[in-house]
Amino acid sequence: MLGWELPPHINGGMGVVCYEMSKVLAQQGAAIDFVLPYTAEHPGTEFMNVISATKHRPYTEGGFGVYSDWTKKSVGFDKVMDEYTATALAHARKHPPDVIHAHDWLTLKAGMTLKKQTRRPLIAHVHATEFDRAGGKRGNPMIHEIEYMGLTLADRVIGISNYTKQLLMREYHIPEEKIEIIHNTINYDDFADIPDGESYRYISRMKEEGYYVVGAVGRLTVQKGYTHLIRAMGKASKRLSRLILIIGSSGELRDELIELSAEQGVADRVILPGWVSGASQRDIFGLSDAFVMSSVSEPFGITPLEAAAHGSAVVVTKQTGSGEILRHSIKYDYWDEDKLADILINLATSASLTQHLQISAANEVRTMNWQNVAPRYMEQYRLLGAKL
Amino acid sequence: MKKAIVLYLHVHQPYRIRPYSIFSAGYDHDYFSDEHVPIHTHNESILKKVSRKSYIPTNKLLIEMLKEHPEFRLSISITGVFIDQCKAWAPDVLQSFKDLVATGRVEIVAETYHHSLAFFYSRDEFTAQVDKHRACIQEEFGVTPTSFRNTELAYYDDIGEWADNQGYKAVIAEGWDPVLGWKSPNYVYTPPHAKNCKLLLKNYRLSDDIAFRFSNKEWEEWPLTVEKYKSWLPGGDEQVINLFMDYETFGEHQWEETGIFDFIKAFVSDISKRDDYSFATITEAAELEAKDSLSMPYTVTWADSERDLSAWLGNAMQQEALKYLYELERAVLTSHDDTLIEDWRKLQTSDHVYYMSTKFSHDGSVHSYFSPYDSPYDAFMYFMNAVRDVRWRILEHHKGSL
Repeated sequence: MLGWELPPHINGGMGVVCYEMSKVLAQQGAAIDFVLPYTAEHPGTEFMNVISATKHRPYTEGGFGVYSDWTKKSVGFDKVMDEYTATALAHARKHPPDVIHAHDWLTLKAGMTLKKQTRRPLIAHVHATEFDRAGGKRGNPMIHEIEYMGLTLADRVIGISNYTKQLLMREYHIPEEKIEIIHNTINYDDFADIPDGESYRYISRMKEEGYYVVGAVGRLTVQKGYTHLIRAMGKASKRLSRLILIIGSSGELRDELIELSAEQGVADRVILPGWVSGASQRDIFGLSDAFVMSSVSEPFGITPLEAAAHGSAVVVTKQTGSGEILRHSIKYDYWDEDKLADILINLATSASLTQHLQISAANEVRTMNWQNVAPRYMEQYRLLGAKL
Repeated sequence: MKKAIVLYLHVHQPYRIRPYSIFSAGYDHDYFSDEHVPIHTHNESILKKVSRKSYIPTNKLLIEMLKEHPEFRLSISITGVFIDQCKAWAPDVLQSFKDLVATGRVEIVAETYHHSLAFFYSRDEFTAQVDKHRACIQEEFGVTPTSFRNTELAYYDDIGEWADNQGYKAVIAEGWDPVLGWKSPNYVYTPPHAKNCKLLLKNYRLSDDIAFRFSNKEWEEWPLTVEKYKSWLPGGDEQVINLFMDYETFGEHQWEETGIFDFIKAFVSDISKRDDYSFATITEAAELEAKDSLSMPYTVTWADSERDLSAWLGNAMQQEALKYLYELERAVLTSHDDTLIEDWRKLQTSDHVYYMSTKFSHDGSVHSYFSPYDSPYDAFMYFMNAVRDVRWRILEHHKGSL
């Protein structure tokens, strides 16, 4: 297994998915050597063999793949990827795998090298492409090239949603029959504890005053589509003043979103608490009457499922993968601000609509857990000749 | 008839809002606390620093000059929030201002207690703050102001009319060319329809030569000497030269090393000896006969190259911030909770919205010089979270709906 991060050293959702997936695969009998590009402790990973490909430390702030070594000098992508590939290859030569399972472009280079050198089959697991990260614009051409080569060379491709599958077919011309959709999921039981919501006393108080709370969680980046969300909030607020939007997380778009909220005349009802985690994140789910994922391009997006588990009504863009497995959610195109405004007004003015969505979505996610998904991966391994 | 130099200095320090997060709203109401704040932005340490650099040495110099030159006189305005800070952290500074006023030749000008822009939002609240300031000045200094300045010299005809109705003898404003046209700031005017009140206009060129340009080595006139400066004073039938500036010009904006103290000392000494010039306080200058009436239909201030309210209300964040704050007026006042009312008023201090300015030109560097925050967006967020907390407190107080 070629991965780039594992909890607790995570910058995005991929690390969590890798962890949960590996855990249930190990339970199903898979022996996993998990290669990481840095050195750190990972409690709770005893079920597999974690291999650190470099001596670099995980870089916890600022995201994707920039690592600093012990001297705190930052190390470039290229160098880390080369070291990563060399270590992974040396290991694979000593312990040849039945299947090489690579996650996203950062490990795809290593995946290709291992496939060529060990002649073992390669699965490319796509969590996000450069098209998603660029928020609808064209991204870094070097990354596009790695993705194109890796996906073309791979024996099988796992896409985490139909949305991703369609994108891979359209943008990278990957044959449909090579792509398997395996949706991510959540362990519902992890959400049994209902948070008290006391992180945001002001919002709790405004709820008592009849305000309807709309929540969102995720980095303040172009990809998340928050400018559309705030404009829709502005439109909805013209009809309905008791509406609060809270967007948990930090990111480079913060100042722009603050300015936009002021221009839309909703600055006191758009709350940007900054980076949230643990209770301050759970309390957003707990407080939200409705939860919106407004992403321009979201291969999966786990937060709507978490919000549903906490009892929120869920609204997602049609460009969000997780919407495919949450039937009881309202869907709209990310650019359709009028539609979203209409949805928010309808939800806020109809207790029965909100409640219906809340109860139905909670019922849907109640049966979700990684155990149920594990056989789907095992099937892919067997398809490639692994004797499991 | 001698021409009058009207020197007017403005003294103010705001209560800066600490980095106040949404997680504090509903829990902690200490927006202006210095706890958990970087030391260089402590309200207390800023007051002490500016006192050391400016207020104490300037007052010492002024009192010496008042003793030495019986003709010398000037006007000052001191905000209520400044006096409150002095009482808490620098009583000696307050005493040095009292010593100045006790000479009988230093006039104190009326204004809002909280250095607010309330005139543009609520006339009742504005009047309440001016009343509170007057009571404070009477109590601390034993005098009653007879002239008026609005915050940041923000002025238009309605303010002149208001000041006239209140019985003030003079009101002051910026002498801005686009408004004056061919008229000169060096004469006494009246606001339209005013019965008694006069209007004095800042000579911004001569004022800013001292306040802004004095130490600027890029300026072609640097270094500024008294000889050079007095050659710029007009020699015709002008009545007044109104030199209006921040008190902190002396020692803070222009450091002692620039020679600013020596300059003002030599300047006062020079004027005192002349037979064509003398000094006057604002109220004394207002006894001169007005040359004309002057209408200023649009608001003019003394800030930035636009001389309008754009430094405080130029962007949507600033407009939103004050809109939400003033919307709470009725609910705050009917709470009769003195602490809540005072906190709400401290939030009206115009500096808070000034820090939210997004002008990134030359004026922007002036804005960021004064700001305790990383960016205008941080300033906005902390302010809005404080407004939210005020709203929370109102709801708790009234236990009902807004």
